[in-house]
Amino acid sequence: MSRSDQESDWPYPDTAPGDEHVDGHDIAEGVGSYLVGLALATLLTVVAFFVSGTTLVWEPSIPVALVVLAIAQMGVHLVFFLHITSGPDNINNVMALAFGVLIVLLLLAGSFWIMAHLNHNMMPMDQIMQMQR
Amino acid sequence: MSAFDATAVYDPDRRGRDRRYMPEHAADELLSKRIIVGYGFWIFLLSDIIMFSAFFATYAVLVGATAGGPSGRELFNLPNVAVETACLLLSSFTCGLASIGARMRRGSWFYGAMMATGLLGAAFLGIEVHEFQGMVAQGAGPTRSAFLSAFFTLVGCHGLHVTAGLLWLLTMVAQVFAKGYRADILRRILCFSLFWHTLDIIWVALFTVVYLMGAAR
Repeated sequence: MSRSDQESDWPYPDTAPGDEHVDGHDIAEGVGSYLVGLALATLLTVVAFFVSGTTLVWEPSIPVALVVLAIAQMGVHLVFFLHITSGPDNINNVMALAFGVLIVLLLLAGSFWIMAHLNHNMMPMDQIMQMQR
Repeated sequence: MSAFDATAVYDPDRRGRDRRYMPEHAADELLSKRIIVGYGFWIFLLSDIIMFSAFFATYAVLVGATAGGPSGRELFNLPNVAVETACLLLSSFTCGLASIGARMRRGSWFYGAMMATGLLGAAFLGIEVHEFQGMVAQGAGPTRSAFLSAFFTLVGCHGLHVTAGLLWLLTMVAQVFAKGYRADILRRILCFSLFWHTLDIIWVALFTVVYLMGAAR
């Protein structure tokens, strides 16, 4: 369908190129993508719930495993549900995501770091309570 | 014709744009409005995620500050959380189906999937409210300890987002019902589905950090 065809038979002038091309192939692809995402996310969720209560693995490794599973599942959601891909239309979205991840990591790591040292350097709580009496 | 040609007659295209300033096939190279709107809304969602990361950091710092009160291990009910997780994940899936239905302009598909999304979201909220009520009833409300303040802030903020999402869902259904599958309404549906999927991403972090790690602790 050429551009002029689209303009002539499309009743809404407030549209842009590329907006409205949905055919059977796109639909099969779209539903397939959501199905793959659902299957992967379900798998990762089930594994996470199983790992959290298991005694099969060395116990201190469980939180690490849970974090890895969660990050993997967030990736699955981003790719299959939010459609953040490496395509040319998506470069800006990926760059924004990278910046967001940077801020989130700084915020989390900075908070843990500072609060751990603050706790370390602070007077024990019972002594503070005594001073307030 | 790519450079400005002064001898050419002004012959605007359908939208009044001066063709003399446009390279050939310029219209094909313009970014689609759909992509631009999605990008703008994605920036908002990232800022929302950053806000949530601050709540997560607060929670992680305060998780041990139970002040002699109950800890997560005693309070959390993992089977409940599993049902909540299933509701939200399935609603994310049906929300994706609804956005496909809207782009196809197929009413039965769009309304059915939106209704499923709304019901699953409402079920999630109901379970969460019930959980909160139970905790407050056994004296583990947000005022009991710093841990519980952080818990109710973090999980409650996500719950408020889901509530807002449900209201948005109803307005999207009403808009399609009243005005049809107009291009601007399809873009709003895109934003809504991005919002709903993002809530599920935040829930992944939430059930991992708060519930699974809390119950294992």
